[in-house]
Amino acid sequence: MFNKQKLSAHIFLLFMSFVSLIPFLWLLSTALKSPEENIFAYPPQFIPQTFTLENFSGVWKQVPFLAYIANSFIVAFITVILNLIFSALAAYPLARMNFRGKTIIFYAILATIMVPFQVIMIPVYLLVLKLNLVDSTSTFGGYAGLILPFAVNAFGIFLMRQAFLSIPKELEESALIDGCNVFQIWWKIIIPLCTPALATLAVFTFVGSWGEFLWPSIVLTKQSMYTLPVGINNLQSMFSANWRYIAAGAIISIIPILAFFLSLQKYFIKGQAQGALKD
Amino acid sequence: MSIDNYRHKLTPYLFLTPAAVLLILFFFYPFFQTLLLSFQSFDSNLYSPVFCGVENYSKLFHSKSFFKVLINTFLYMIVAVPILVIFPIIIAIAINQKIRGISIYRVILYIPAVVSIVVAAIAFKWLYANDGLLNYFIGILGIDKIGWLTDPNVALFSVIALTIWKGLGYYAIIYLATLLTIPDSLYEAADIDGANTLQKHLKITIPYLWPAITLVATMSSISALKVFTEVYVMTKGGPMESTSTIVYYVYKEAFENLNLGLASAGGVILLIIAMIISVLNIKCFEKGGPDVQ
Repeated sequence: MFNKQKLSAHIFLLFMSFVSLIPFLWLLSTALKSPEENIFAYPPQFIPQTFTLENFSGVWKQVPFLAYIANSFIVAFITVILNLIFSALAAYPLARMNFRGKTIIFYAILATIMVPFQVIMIPVYLLVLKLNLVDSTSTFGGYAGLILPFAVNAFGIFLMRQAFLSIPKELEESALIDGCNVFQIWWKIIIPLCTPALATLAVFTFVGSWGEFLWPSIVLTKQSMYTLPVGINNLQSMFSANWRYIAAGAIISIIPILAFFLSLQKYFIKGQAQGALKD
Repeated sequence: MSIDNYRHKLTPYLFLTPAAVLLILFFFYPFFQTLLLSFQSFDSNLYSPVFCGVENYSKLFHSKSFFKVLINTFLYMIVAVPILVIFPIIIAIAINQKIRGISIYRVILYIPAVVSIVVAAIAFKWLYANDGLLNYFIGILGIDKIGWLTDPNVALFSVIALTIWKGLGYYAIIYLATLLTIPDSLYEAADIDGANTLQKHLKITIPYLWPAITLVATMSSISALKVFTEVYVMTKGGPMESTSTIVYYVYKEAFENLNLGLASAGGVILLIIAMIISVLNIKCFEKGGPDVQ
């Protein structure tokens, strides 16, 4: 079954896959090379002469990866939970009720999309300092300062509003007749029907929070509070010329998010189809 | 019958309160603070700034560094945006084929989008090393070694390449989502009319994709405008400020040089450019788009 179009698609996609993966494969190759092997050899050796895991164990001993991963996980997890709750709450009246000020509130939320976080980060920093939401005050304060500025965003509210709009009104009406109040309808009828949208919002918020670098690098002062991206960037100053260690550390840091992505990949592809677009 | 007849007057506001409190505290209040700070000077005392009119703005526009930063950001957009708008369309068409292993290709091409930009930047820095993989590859082609991150004429493009690499799969999946909604019957009809592959894509695919193209154009220009981490991790704005971008400049002035007023003025310029881009994209693309038959 020879087909020219399919063959050219395969060749093109194999090439693109190579381009997508080569930076990581080259890191992995470097991380697996022993100290005796020249990592600048010409021509470059993709397959290490002798495989070794000593770079991984060496960097693991000197860098508190478990703390970085735990910090990243705590921050990402709570950010996700708060976004789900607050977006789903705010979206419900915007989708289903008529009330004074609805239009103004709608456009005020929409306007926040137009303003990049980088525009407001200086006053946000001054604010978290003033509220003692920084790691120099307390661990709790440190987490709160990392999470709260990203605990709700307009994309989430609009995504949930879109999902709510697609639910037939008759369902709410019959629940009203059964004597449910508005909050019960939201929690028992609407939310369970919108789990696909909530899942989409959750995976995208998680990946966004997990990879966030600018804000944590501004607010964090203690190494024990570092999130993974801040810790990985710090590898460069810890092991300035030791690329075996830097590479091993970078590879370790990829594993959690890669596992997360591979196990939930259908939500990513579907999610973008629903317009869960976040940068 | 509607829910509105059965609820308390204040119910909608109760639902909105948590989000509203957070948005006011962490968006609207800081937003107006930025505008205010941009008219203040922190030179004499960091804790009690004084009003200084448009001094920060005039300093910015007389500063060679800021001019360089604007040029760099502009170059970033000119190079990255067209590639990120057009090339992912080709990828999306390829991953929309009914061929073996297609879901594996989709997953692999999306990996750059999920991996943290810090890790990607470190990986690229390693590829760009003087005795690194990239210089080896071009050596095979008979080209001399290039100082990917050390040559001021090249460094910005090396950083842009990372942004492009990270965005290709992400935008391709956005296009794919739209491609999946195009009915096969349209292509079959075109086959009957004797259209070739290129004609089919120009007459059917592109018009259908137009809203997605608008979206990708806006998203990729805004993200090119906001570039920070690539620069911070790989070059720290160097060599000779050749890779410094607006956000990197604002970051450095605010958190390293403690020029909060000047940095806020830079932030306001960033805001103005972001708004111009959004409006331009909406205007150009929505009006100029070909009709979907």
